[in-house]
Amino acid sequence: MANKVIVETNINGDPVELLCEPRQSLLEVLRDVLELTGSKEGCLTGDCGACTVVIDGRPVCSCLMLGVEATGKKITTIEGLAAGASLHVLQQKFLENASLQCGICTPGFLMSAKALLDRNPNPTEAEIRYSLAGNLCRCTGYDKIVRAVTDAAAAMAGRGRPAHGTVPSETASGMAGEMLAKGEVK
Amino acid sequence: MHAINYEAPKSLDEAVKLLAAHGEKARPLSGGTDLLIQLRAGTRRPEFVVDIKEIPELARISFSLQHGLKLGAAVPCIAIHENGDMRKYYPGLTEAAHLIGSLQIQSRATVGGNLCNGSPAADTTPALVALGAQARLAGPKGERIVPVDGFCLAPGRTVLQPGELLVELQIPAPERHASDAYLRFIPRNEMDIAVVGVGAALSLDVSDDRVVEARIGLGAVGPTPIFAAEASKSLIGKTLDAAAIERAAKLAVAAATPIDDMRGTAEFRRHVVGVLTRRTLAIAAERARAANQR
Amino acid sequence: MAASSTNGFRVIGTRPIRHDGVDKVTGRAKYGADYAFPGMLHGKVLRSPHPHARIKSIKVDKALALPGVKAIVTAADLPELPDKMEAAGEQAVNLNHLSMNILARGKALYDGHPIAAVAATSPHIADEALRLIEVEYEVLPPVMTVEDAMKPGATILLPSLRNKEDGADKETNVAAHIQFKRGDVAEGFKQADYVIEREFKTAMVHQGYIEPHNAVGIYNADGHATIYCSTQGSFVVRGLSAVVLGISEGKIKVVPAEIGGGFGGKIPIYLEPLSVLLSMKTGHPVKMTMTRAEVLRATGPTSGSTIRCKMGATKDGKIVAAQCWLAYEAGAFPGSPVGSGAMTILAPYNIPNVLVDAYDVVVNRPKTAAYRAPGASNAAMASETVVDELAEKCGIDPLDMRLLNGVEEGTPQIVGPPFKRIGFKETLEAIKNSPHYQSRLTGANRGRGVASGFWFNVGLQSSAMVNLHTDGTVSVVIGSVDIGGTRAAQAMIAAEVLGVDINDVRPTIADTDSIGHTDVTAGSRTCFATGWAVYEAAQDCVRQLKERAARQWEKKPDEIVFENGTLSPAQPGGDIKPMSIKQIAPRLARTGGPIVGRATVNARSVGPAFASVCVDVEVDPDTGKTQILRATIAQDAGKAIHPSYVEGQMQGGMAQGLGWGLNEEYFYDDRGILRNTGLLDYRMPTCLDLPEIETAIVEVPTPGHPLGIRGVGEVSIVAPPAALANAIYHAVGVRMTELPMSPPRLLKAILKKRAAGEAQAAAAD
Repeated sequence: MANKVIVETNINGDPVELLCEPRQSLLEVLRDVLELTGSKEGCLTGDCGACTVVIDGRPVCSCLMLGVEATGKKITTIEGLAAGASLHVLQQKFLENASLQCGICTPGFLMSAKALLDRNPNPTEAEIRYSLAGNLCRCTGYDKIVRAVTDAAAAMAGRGRPAHGTVPSETASGMAGEMLAKGEVK
Repeated sequence: MHAINYEAPKSLDEAVKLLAAHGEKARPLSGGTDLLIQLRAGTRRPEFVVDIKEIPELARISFSLQHGLKLGAAVPCIAIHENGDMRKYYPGLTEAAHLIGSLQIQSRATVGGNLCNGSPAADTTPALVALGAQARLAGPKGERIVPVDGFCLAPGRTVLQPGELLVELQIPAPERHASDAYLRFIPRNEMDIAVVGVGAALSLDVSDDRVVEARIGLGAVGPTPIFAAEASKSLIGKTLDAAAIERAAKLAVAAATPIDDMRGTAEFRRHVVGVLTRRTLAIAAERARAANQR
Repeated sequence: MAASSTNGFRVIGTRPIRHDGVDKVTGRAKYGADYAFPGMLHGKVLRSPHPHARIKSIKVDKALALPGVKAIVTAADLPELPDKMEAAGEQAVNLNHLSMNILARGKALYDGHPIAAVAATSPHIADEALRLIEVEYEVLPPVMTVEDAMKPGATILLPSLRNKEDGADKETNVAAHIQFKRGDVAEGFKQADYVIEREFKTAMVHQGYIEPHNAVGIYNADGHATIYCSTQGSFVVRGLSAVVLGISEGKIKVVPAEIGGGFGGKIPIYLEPLSVLLSMKTGHPVKMTMTRAEVLRATGPTSGSTIRCKMGATKDGKIVAAQCWLAYEAGAFPGSPVGSGAMTILAPYNIPNVLVDAYDVVVNRPKTAAYRAPGASNAAMASETVVDELAEKCGIDPLDMRLLNGVEEGTPQIVGPPFKRIGFKETLEAIKNSPHYQSRLTGANRGRGVASGFWFNVGLQSSAMVNLHTDGTVSVVIGSVDIGGTRAAQAMIAAEVLGVDINDVRPTIADTDSIGHTDVTAGSRTCFATGWAVYEAAQDCVRQLKERAARQWEKKPDEIVFENGTLSPAQPGGDIKPMSIKQIAPRLARTGGPIVGRATVNARSVGPAFASVCVDVEVDPDTGKTQILRATIAQDAGKAIHPSYVEGQMQGGMAQGLGWGLNEEYFYDDRGILRNTGLLDYRMPTCLDLPEIETAIVEVPTPGHPLGIRGVGEVSIVAPPAALANAIYHAVGVRMTELPMSPPRLLKAILKKRAAGEAQAAAAD
């Protein structure tokens, strides 16, 4: 009935050959065809970022791309973030900082953060917030997410990090607000 | 979503043939960040989707001070921001491209798609209008070049004929003391569609700070992006002082024909056109004074 | 951050990694939409394009003829239910209205009201089938605001609603009128030196959870059904779905999936009975998920409102009288949170003379659902800005004004008995002493605002089991879904009582067949009430362990001491060696068999919650755009079990409150159609819109609770809109009385003030 096509792509390091309808988004292909349900659907309009995957080094909303467009691309999904049994530093820092509550936005945030740190291992808080602005979280107010990404960058660079799970008030002095007011974001 | 057929031609010729064969049943696919949403909502129901990203000519940025800029229709916004020439010679257009949606969107969305989608609130169109950009189109009857000012006819409608596609945007190289700027107003700091967008391009005679050339483009304040002709003209030959900027801002407000909607009231938009015209001109002027391109 | 003490506790007050954490950072956790079953079909809902219309006919032949379409259902496939109230979580539901909200019967009452549902072999085919269903409507005039709905002669939504006040019996859109009184307000206002009276409007807003609603319904030929869904209350889904479907509750099992946010909006049912109904018709599992547009058009929101608030104070700052009038949009069916709005609006203050009138009003908008401290944020926007104005008139610091008038232990509540031990004033002191409030705010167009909020919290019913395994590890089984750290907190309570390592406790959330009745994860009740049940279940384990040790040592159970996970005789002596849980666990088979601790609670006495917040803003006077510079919240948690997740509740509620205050709103056009049906134009804060959110946990234990826990989930959302309004006033000198304080509204106010100033200056010349 449907005009299915064969797509050859690479997902999480493995070559993948799959069959899909041209109208299926990459998100549908990941979730319904390949059973990689870690990428989440929140809006289907590119406004929430829950479906973010990394394609050829860039963050992309998999809901706004057709599955057939994945031909020849290198795709990393949340299922490919950890190296085997050991978590990626970002995953570890999200856990240590209690950066997730309901967890539905978490895969998308992790993929956006990975795309950022892969390109810019030492981002400022402004750069972190800008890079995560395409991901909506309704539970946390973003505070603990930004801290986790900051911590992960520090850990990956071998720098120290604040004591586990604490939020020292002297660092929480409204710097982000000042930065936003000055338009230092872009 | 209805069933579609997908084609990804590797050459412009092939793309033109495909689009010509399917006529109104086909729609070019660039970044897809508008088209996929429209397909899902059922507001566009093409049977054929022709992906133009595999065509090398459409995926290129080429710039020289002799020939100016040729910006391929399928270049993603993020590639514009990462291009040194773009940042140096067209900072306003580059900012506009970098304001579209999130990084996820910028990884896919294109300036060409932004234009062809025909939204009055497109961020890059006022910046293109300010720069006097031209659009090179290819179709069954051959190629033609049309100005970006006037490309959009109504919300969602452009001069593109069935079977025709945008190949590239052409912008002259900036004069020695020339630059551009783009500002938009949104309620949040990110992710919104422009409530008002203002692009400005200025060329100055720095000996007495006189304006040689000026173009102001407005977005989201009418059914199409607007070239604020009177406001632009009012600056030419004048010293760029507060009075000149104020006069241009008033004329820009007069050129706007906004409506009330969920993004803002007409009254608000008119006021903000004035505010952003002043701010955009100030930035463009500062950049133009500092520029020394050739 | 105020360090939360671990005084006397070993596990409680620490910050272990949550037990469901790895699943949730690797994409393995299964949310409702992640389930798939062999032969599964996909369901979609046809929704009314009109806010108010009579449904004259529904023709489905063309849609049924589309290849791949398996079934179509309408209200005719559901039993018609009586006008009868039944409790569901924090709210009571009218069964007739409940059913009519699942599928419209006779009339469509809002843009997005479900008309029919389709099951097909793919979601795309189901979608295409919706386009082929032909519905004939007789369009009726919509009633969109409480003002229009309350006008004499207004178009009536529900003919069954009657106004019987003053002995009359008339059709009405006012579903309820509630009144609270204390003292004599007229006399009270006579004592006042300053009286402020303002009218406020707040826009309808959505909970905004990132995960759309979902359900998989599987109906078996034996008459049993299973529902997999993301819900705040699996027992509510079971009970209400059974009623809507007309089958007995015991024949439905609800398996709660992981849930991607709820904030009250995932208490009601929408897709759950439809998925079962379509499964009954087709014999296949049927999965249904909503699009974001469906979520915004037809689920959630909380009420927009009109509130008038008048307060009077003496020169020395004592508030002597308050009169409030509140009207809340209920949506298409009765049941707005106006009652709690009325009960919270003055709750933080000890005011001798009070009169509050509140109206629940139906309008052609989606049926409202609970949203984090339902009704309280609207109310606090009014009262907390009026208190700020009074403080300014009296020349008193706004925090001191609140300290002067604030309630404390023993203060009689306007509704109910005197307060027991509460922490309101402690939250005010915490803000006063915070680095934020202590800092100086400088710069043009900048201002600082404070406000406070109150929320009741609820107790209700919870069940828990604690199983001791042969290796000395423990599993905790609860019926409360984990919406933000529940598993971790419950495991910590069990670990604390049993003296075992937190990593030796595995928490599990059971389906409705596998655990006793447990009310919704809502009302700030989960840590409080389910935590209480887990505490008691763990104590039940301890009792059994003591019995085992007593038998082995030939003593009485009360001669055994249990401390830090070790059993020992109260009187040391002989050759008896203390035994740890790890030592006794392998021997359970020989000492009487398995140990299962069990407990249920029906907590009636709860500890109300208070929070105070401080916000700094900078306003662009040329565009009316507000930038939040700094934000701090102090909240009474009673006892913070896992401080990180307590902070998370504080920060998350604050973020939602700030979004409510600045940019979130439902935008209906003049035909009653919702225009902003996506997250592009329903503008929730991004991480570029918020600063760090500083937290101060206050711990004033709830009397009666074994751990002193006070619910923390809701009160954080109450004060932020008012604090923003106060900050904006101090930045640019305009008092905002409408939410959201979006740039167009704020700019208009600024320009109006500027014009008035210029006119005054001209007159003076």
